[in-house]
Amino acid sequence: MKALITALATLPILFLMLLSGPCAAQMRIDVSGVGATQLPISIADFATESRVAQEVASVIRSDLASSGAFRVIDPQKTVIETAPPDYPGLRSSGAEAFVGGSVTKLGDGRYDVRYRLYDIAKQSTLLGESLITPEADLRLAGHRIADAIYQKLTGERGVFSTRIAFITRQAGRFRLNIADWDGENVQSPLNSPEPIISPSWSPDGTRLAYVSFEAKKPVVYVHTLATGQRVAVANFKGSNSAPAWSPDGRSLAVALTLDGMSQIYLISASEAGTPRRLTSSSAIDTEPAFSADGKFIYFTSDRGGSPQIYRMPASGGDATRQTFGATYNVSPRISPDGRQLAFITRREGRYFVALKDLAGGNETVLTDGGQEESPSFAPNGRWIMYATRSGGRENLMAVSVDGRIKQRLNSNRGDIREPAWGPFAK
Amino acid sequence: MNKRLIYQVAAAAAALSIAACSSSIKLDDPAPVEDRSNVPADGSSAAGAGGASTNPAGSSRPVTQVTIDSKDPLQDPNSPLAKRSIYFDFDSFAIKDEYRSTLDAHARYLTGNRGKKAVIQGNTDERGSREYNLALGQKRAEAVRRALIALGVSESQLEAVSLGEEKARSGANDDAALAENRRADLVYQ
Repeated sequence: MKALITALATLPILFLMLLSGPCAAQMRIDVSGVGATQLPISIADFATESRVAQEVASVIRSDLASSGAFRVIDPQKTVIETAPPDYPGLRSSGAEAFVGGSVTKLGDGRYDVRYRLYDIAKQSTLLGESLITPEADLRLAGHRIADAIYQKLTGERGVFSTRIAFITRQAGRFRLNIADWDGENVQSPLNSPEPIISPSWSPDGTRLAYVSFEAKKPVVYVHTLATGQRVAVANFKGSNSAPAWSPDGRSLAVALTLDGMSQIYLISASEAGTPRRLTSSSAIDTEPAFSADGKFIYFTSDRGGSPQIYRMPASGGDATRQTFGATYNVSPRISPDGRQLAFITRREGRYFVALKDLAGGNETVLTDGGQEESPSFAPNGRWIMYATRSGGRENLMAVSVDGRIKQRLNSNRGDIREPAWGPFAK
Repeated sequence: MNKRLIYQVAAAAAALSIAACSSSIKLDDPAPVEDRSNVPADGSSAAGAGGASTNPAGSSRPVTQVTIDSKDPLQDPNSPLAKRSIYFDFDSFAIKDEYRSTLDAHARYLTGNRGKKAVIQGNTDERGSREYNLALGQKRAEAVRRALIALGVSESQLEAVSLGEEKARSGANDDAALAENRRADLVYQ
């Protein structure tokens, strides 16, 4: 099992996005690249009287299968978590792990979702939980269970409970959308006749900052998802853009042009306050990104003659250059563990996602489309989602940080751009 | 008297009446400084709308004055003010000589009409980062803004903003499309 776990830990996650619903596009995922070994896991139907609760087991199966780390077996039977597993039967099916469970409706209308994860070789229980869940969150309960199983068996934190934000353009209208990582539950917090760009999740996942052109100029808004409340936190003379959250969720670094050229300022994330200027070049400074510990801000600047990525203390001050080689390196994003810098690099007129190890300096180009933009790390640092164009259409893709697996998400309606992977669910 | 002489006398009398009006507006006067909210959107003259009678009550020879409004120069397709776009060379933010006369005309209009405001919108083509392109578009708008300020336009009359690549002609990558998008537009408010 241990060798398998080590192998699994290097496997990337595949994610499947199927958008359904009246205002969402249907998406299809095409995968290229090869995964390594997969752990065979058998997941039984959960014992339940409730039809809606039956989808808990299917969510767990889809998540784990989509991860690429598991070969999911459906034993086509219902097994409650307290029942001893049929070890001989499971062994002959090839399974090495087994999940049984139940969903019971409680007196107050909520559900008690229970499961146990068994190790078939050792014939022992690895994990067991009870999740009290409202009906509307039954899919989320399935995602949380998949996360727990994934982490137990691979050692890595799963992203099955995360959400993504993205912008769609269709029939002259622009929507800011959020969806579960698997494409379900698409909602559109904003629908506008003018462009929306640069969505960015608050660290606690409750708000989105973005740039809206509804006033015929770029203005930065902070939008509270639960209430729909919007605050125009940066609406100064000129252009306001590129919002990046500080790790404590209280400030945003933004690009403002109120003093002429685009420079980086710090503003309050909750109200329209006075900006504090952080950069002082006579060039273009933009695209700020905080390091995970909040101590530094990485940003794009052409102060050296061509756009490159620099780093300065989060309070402003001397900036040191981080990218070299190519004459155009933009859109810095820092991995959650702070060790890697993802960015867009231009080589021979084409734009690719690149990854640089900040300690060792080693740099790899991860994509080959040539029209890439807007990279975004998954919160476990294993994947980078980004936007690209192919066949005249804009679509999203994801690449594992080792570059081995790429997924292309094709939509049959509209252009999709500006992805932002949300934080771990609390 | 024959008919022709009657018309001539009537014309002369009318001319004398008009000349006697204290509020005459010469047809070739420039547009008045204050906003005229009753100028029709298509710039057509408001002929007949402002008919004013100069007839003292009971006159047997009333004359009604018709005032032709001067055309709003912002609506005149033949005016240099009709040119609202400034195009830039690749990788350049310098305003080319061929646009100097256009900028002069707009500066003259704005300095002569201090209540008028304009937004300068900078654009780029679609290649590269959206946010970096937003900043490049701003650089174009800012170049035009500075040029107008240098020609005497007041800061409070102008705002430079960027649309980046967001309004670029989509998908086209030929040289003509790319050149079209390297552009700043003057938008009167």
